[in-house]
Amino acid sequence: MQNRINAAVAGLQDWFNYRAKAFGPMYRKHMSEYWAPKNFNIWYYFGSLALVVLVNQILTGIFLTMHFKPSAAEFAPGISQAFASVELTIMRDVEWGWLIRYMHSTGASAFFIVVYLHMFRGLLYGSAQKPRELVWLLGMLIYLVLMAEAFMGYVLPWGQMSFWGAKVIISLFGAIPMIGDSLVEWIMGDYLPADATLNRFFALHVIALPLVLLLLVVLHLAALHEVGSNNPEGVDIKKVKDASGKPLDGIAFHPYYTVKDLFGVGFFLTICAFVLFFEPTFAGWFLEHDNFVAANKLVTPEHIKPVWYYTPYYAMLRVVPDKLLGVLVMFGAIIVLFFVPWLDRSPVKSYRYRGWISKIALALFALSFIWLGKIGAGPGTDPIETVIGRVLTFIYFAFFITMPIWSKIDSTKPVPERVPAHD
Amino acid sequence: MIKNAMTKLGLTLAVALTTLAPAALASSGGGKLPAANTRPDNIASVQRGAKLFFNYCVGCHSLQFMRYSRIGEDLGLTEEQVMGNLNFTGAKYGETIVSSMPAADAERWFGKAPPDLSLEARSKGPDWIYNYLKSFYVDHSRPLGWNNTVFPGASMPNVLWEMQGVQHAKMSAAHDGGEAHVEGLELKTPGTQTAAQFDETVRDLTAFLQYVGEPAALQRTKLGAWVVLYLAFFTFLAWLLKKEYWKDVH
Repeated sequence: MQNRINAAVAGLQDWFNYRAKAFGPMYRKHMSEYWAPKNFNIWYYFGSLALVVLVNQILTGIFLTMHFKPSAAEFAPGISQAFASVELTIMRDVEWGWLIRYMHSTGASAFFIVVYLHMFRGLLYGSAQKPRELVWLLGMLIYLVLMAEAFMGYVLPWGQMSFWGAKVIISLFGAIPMIGDSLVEWIMGDYLPADATLNRFFALHVIALPLVLLLLVVLHLAALHEVGSNNPEGVDIKKVKDASGKPLDGIAFHPYYTVKDLFGVGFFLTICAFVLFFEPTFAGWFLEHDNFVAANKLVTPEHIKPVWYYTPYYAMLRVVPDKLLGVLVMFGAIIVLFFVPWLDRSPVKSYRYRGWISKIALALFALSFIWLGKIGAGPGTDPIETVIGRVLTFIYFAFFITMPIWSKIDSTKPVPERVPAHD
Repeated sequence: MIKNAMTKLGLTLAVALTTLAPAALASSGGGKLPAANTRPDNIASVQRGAKLFFNYCVGCHSLQFMRYSRIGEDLGLTEEQVMGNLNFTGAKYGETIVSSMPAADAERWFGKAPPDLSLEARSKGPDWIYNYLKSFYVDHSRPLGWNNTVFPGASMPNVLWEMQGVQHAKMSAAHDGGEAHVEGLELKTPGTQTAAQFDETVRDLTAFLQYVGEPAALQRTKLGAWVVLYLAFFTFLAWLLKKEYWKDVH
């Protein structure tokens, strides 16, 4: 019996391999013979976690699409079809609809948490440096598309913050000289965010941007697997190989990192489930109080602010006195990230082998980003906060602009040939 | 040494996060109101609240996102009980709760159509509702003779005055330039309930609106404990698996 099963499995394998010759080598290249450094630490979980969240967003998104109505038409006086389809149909009438919706909304915030930590890991260990520039650039494109994707998704429930957030963010394009006003109208398809805006944002959110996102994720991984993963030591494991060409400090991605990441996913999901089931709005940070009020173009909310993951940039926009300059600073803050591979001139990768200047610079940068996030989430009425915001914006940009200098002159320690041990 | 630097950086970040996070939370909350201390998981309290809502509120306020049938299911009431005690508009059991007051009249009478309250507890929070309902006072300058300290200039009169009694404002002296403002409220005419009883009444009503804001909340927290336990167990197994596989990695 055992023999017959083995023969059947082998036969199926042969059948498959004969018809898909490239599959075996591809599987080995990306899984069982992708040599990952053995010393990945906690920072290296966030890539696979981002992938898990992406899958969650797509799956829950499909089910939400089945019940959501992308229409600003009236459901009842002052309530749109879109708002009602979220708050009545999905949250109350559809069995488990509330769970799917919370998985999607908690997932959106979780996505940014893991992506921000993933990006910070890159800065920490010099992962953008040669030869991983392409990996970094594709990652940055993912981040950019993700921000557009999340913004459009936030508009869909057509609550007060959806409407006014959309109005504020789209009107930023109005700061562009000459074409600004017509551009704003073209984006919205109306003079205000309206049914046409909701429809096109829905189309972009559920099909166009997810397709781009998936393509970019595939390219990001493909680019990574061409050059191999960096590690917390910044040691190039490909320098020391055994006779068969396997790096001595590398271990097979599958099964070693698939089982390790499985543990990471379990831990991450436990935390997410805790938020989802016991504090799904996360005290108004993941789902904002004002967005439980249906959109009303005649009533401006007291504080218009974007969701937490945009607030650092929103703070920059607000503390800069001139609108056009503010918009440029805000977009510049994202664009400057693309240049990190060429701004970083340090001869070593990981901060573990860099001097105190790099450590302080990185800590100041992290502080400026978090503090700006806090300012952007506030009402923005405190003049002292505006001054602090300007100083922090200056620190944010100074970190990148002076990076070629401080990364070069900072002292370094000699990087060992081999990684010491796995963490 | 390497680990040291890493720990230090981690600590710096942790300190930054813990000092900034509470400040951020406080800045988003605004003025702090006394806690409502509602118990939306106490079905009896929510049932009493439902009765109050349908006696005092539904004349003006709709619950467009709430079906009569859902109230019956969640609060353990039969169709007869709901239709006999809570439904005064002739709506069908499966329909949503729509106030019988025509919107156009409402706007004429109150200056502003009374808002739908389906999501009031989610947008304003239970503490706000609880304190708002307790903070009406007589103000003859207002069209309906009532004002409110939690929501100054509110269009709504105090519909619960029979139970609460009638509160008057204690005004501060108007000092140069500044206008007189309300310093506190005092009960001039007692109602049918004591202050403690009225607190319970308002708490029940708030608990009902909290339930209405998210009817799935009960199911959510009940299920949540099991999901978290399951995932924690799964994580433990995954950790054992990882340890087993990594035995040969040095």
